[in-house]
Amino acid sequence: MIRQPQLEEKYRTDENGRYGMFGGRYVPETLMHAVLELEQGFKEAIDDPSFLNDYHRILHEYSGRPTPVTYCERLSNLIGGARIFLKREDLNHTGAHKINNAVGQALLARRMGKKKIIAETGAGQHGVASATVAAYFGMPCKVFMGAVDVERQALNVFRMKLLGAEVVPVHSGNGTLKDAVNEVLRYWAANVEDTAYIDGSVVGPHPYPMIVRDFQRIIGDEARSQMIDKIGKLPDAAFACVGGGSNAMGLFTAFLKDSVQLFGAEAGGKGINTDAHAATLTKGSIGIVHGMKTYLLQDQNGQITEPYSISAGLDYPGIGPEHAYLYQSGRVTYEAITDDEAVDALIKLSKFEGILPALESAHGLALAMKRAKAMKHDQNVLVCLSGRGDKDVQTILHVMDEENGGDHQ
Amino acid sequence: MTARMREYIKKDKGMLFIPFITAGDPDNESTVQIALMLQSIGANALELGIPYSDPLADGPVIQEASKRALSHGETLFDAMALVKMMRRQGLKIPVIIFTYANVLLQFGVDVFFQQAKTIGVDGLLVPDLPYEESRLLADTCRKQDMSLISLVAPTTSDRRLSMICNEAQGFIYCVSSLGVTGMRKSFHPDVFPFLKRVKKVSELPIAVGFGISSSEQVEELKNHADGFIVGSAIVTLIGRYTIELADSGTRSSAVDQIRRLLCEKLFVPVNK
Repeated sequence: MIRQPQLEEKYRTDENGRYGMFGGRYVPETLMHAVLELEQGFKEAIDDPSFLNDYHRILHEYSGRPTPVTYCERLSNLIGGARIFLKREDLNHTGAHKINNAVGQALLARRMGKKKIIAETGAGQHGVASATVAAYFGMPCKVFMGAVDVERQALNVFRMKLLGAEVVPVHSGNGTLKDAVNEVLRYWAANVEDTAYIDGSVVGPHPYPMIVRDFQRIIGDEARSQMIDKIGKLPDAAFACVGGGSNAMGLFTAFLKDSVQLFGAEAGGKGINTDAHAATLTKGSIGIVHGMKTYLLQDQNGQITEPYSISAGLDYPGIGPEHAYLYQSGRVTYEAITDDEAVDALIKLSKFEGILPALESAHGLALAMKRAKAMKHDQNVLVCLSGRGDKDVQTILHVMDEENGGDHQ
Repeated sequence: MTARMREYIKKDKGMLFIPFITAGDPDNESTVQIALMLQSIGANALELGIPYSDPLADGPVIQEASKRALSHGETLFDAMALVKMMRRQGLKIPVIIFTYANVLLQFGVDVFFQQAKTIGVDGLLVPDLPYEESRLLADTCRKQDMSLISLVAPTTSDRRLSMICNEAQGFIYCVSSLGVTGMRKSFHPDVFPFLKRVKKVSELPIAVGFGISSSEQVEELKNHADGFIVGSAIVTLIGRYTIELADSGTRSSAVDQIRRLLCEKLFVPVNK
């Protein structure tokens, strides 16, 4: 069931890439050529049926799409409210939705005649997806990763190297994801002639938020028709976790015009009244970072502050500009979910459904469980299970050790 | 354009020398002394950088300077106070505030212009505001008689180049190489045709920056540009003397040492 996506809304930004007051291209002139060239290349590609065919064929043959929708009967009974359905992005090749975008952007790079791929990564998931498609297409790949993250995510660093990518540790700033983003943009500015930058989320200068959304909207497009097949109608509400927000935009885009209630779960970390969170919309303010105007975590002087979350994939100080727009317009409701709530959801899904979700996805699930409880038995909620949790077992083990004094039976 | 800009930044004045330093690197007193020293060796304008946590257009040297300044909480507000102090101590050349967009946005654009006029700021350079994002700010600058300095790069198309140069103020900042600020040994051969393209469409003086660190390079540029911007080469020296600069007992001799090194190795044959 490879279908052409509905891309009638693909130009849903003005000519400068704005979503309401958000987005834009806040980049030095040295990068303008690169982003304008990319925008042109993308517009041509997305209008080319053979490009879309390649994209869908590869996602089918290589990543196993379409991913299924799973009804969680036992979990729904436990919660005692609305019925919970999961869109199973965890069943993709490499274990998360990141591959959808990586395949799309690598195909685009090849179409535009670029020979090399660069990417940034925080926890390593997007780095692994980029390294994977680079191997698949036979293109050399450099992944920029904060030096602190290189230490913290040794296993993913090894995976990327195994896939043939070069991991470039970034020591500038705090040596984390935000610094890796700066560094990859700097490198791109200097090497744009032969190098394509694969942005991992719906963030950065225009056209990236648009490109990543359009390569991720396959999540929502599939889920929409799968729900109609399963229950004969659309779900009452749909949920996704939001760091930069690519899986959420991928899910939401298909439902924006429907009466489906949409919810994004931000990382509340140790609580939104502490300094340790990544709740950009709940606690941030409007500013400019990484080439876009959006909500971000910053101090009163406009210096970007370091976010925190138990889930490395949500640990980002900004948020995609389209989310900022959907938040301001009220179309999507965003709420913070704490580390504890996410871990609780992760354990419940594991024990009651035999599905170990990524900590990121567990934030979306936790918010869905909260809301579902207050809903009726004949209502339905859809959750984007963006990734699988194998990568997080060390973290979970550590949390349980702390709670149980070493006994995690 | 302020009277100072008109007086100091014009064609046929020899090669214009426009140094860049970061405000508060390593401390406020040093920044003032270094600014005055740069004027004494022939600077035609000062680019004063506001430290930022995420300086996208800058290479490692200036990022480190930002970090040093941010370690004691330097703000745009502090930098404005520094300009006031520089003026009081005899700084006559134009001052251009180099700041990333977010710092300016949080400070408040209106507040900035109110203060800038009274303390003697002459221009503004916001590296992450390309043409499309800077129209409003450009209008405000014009109304306030200030110059919004535009960047152009070798990858800037002819169409963009005339668009940018038509609206440009003060001087045109030509980025000599792709990528970020930082010292480079030689120019990319594409630079000279690029400068030719800029000259063709620009009535304003054109100054070349990114990667300039030797008098040989300045010599090379002489027939192609009206001026040059030096950042990382100066900031590297400041980085080397941070301990001496931070100590009021050794500050003056450290500034003198930086002046000597700059003159001997880099610029004096050109400017004196």
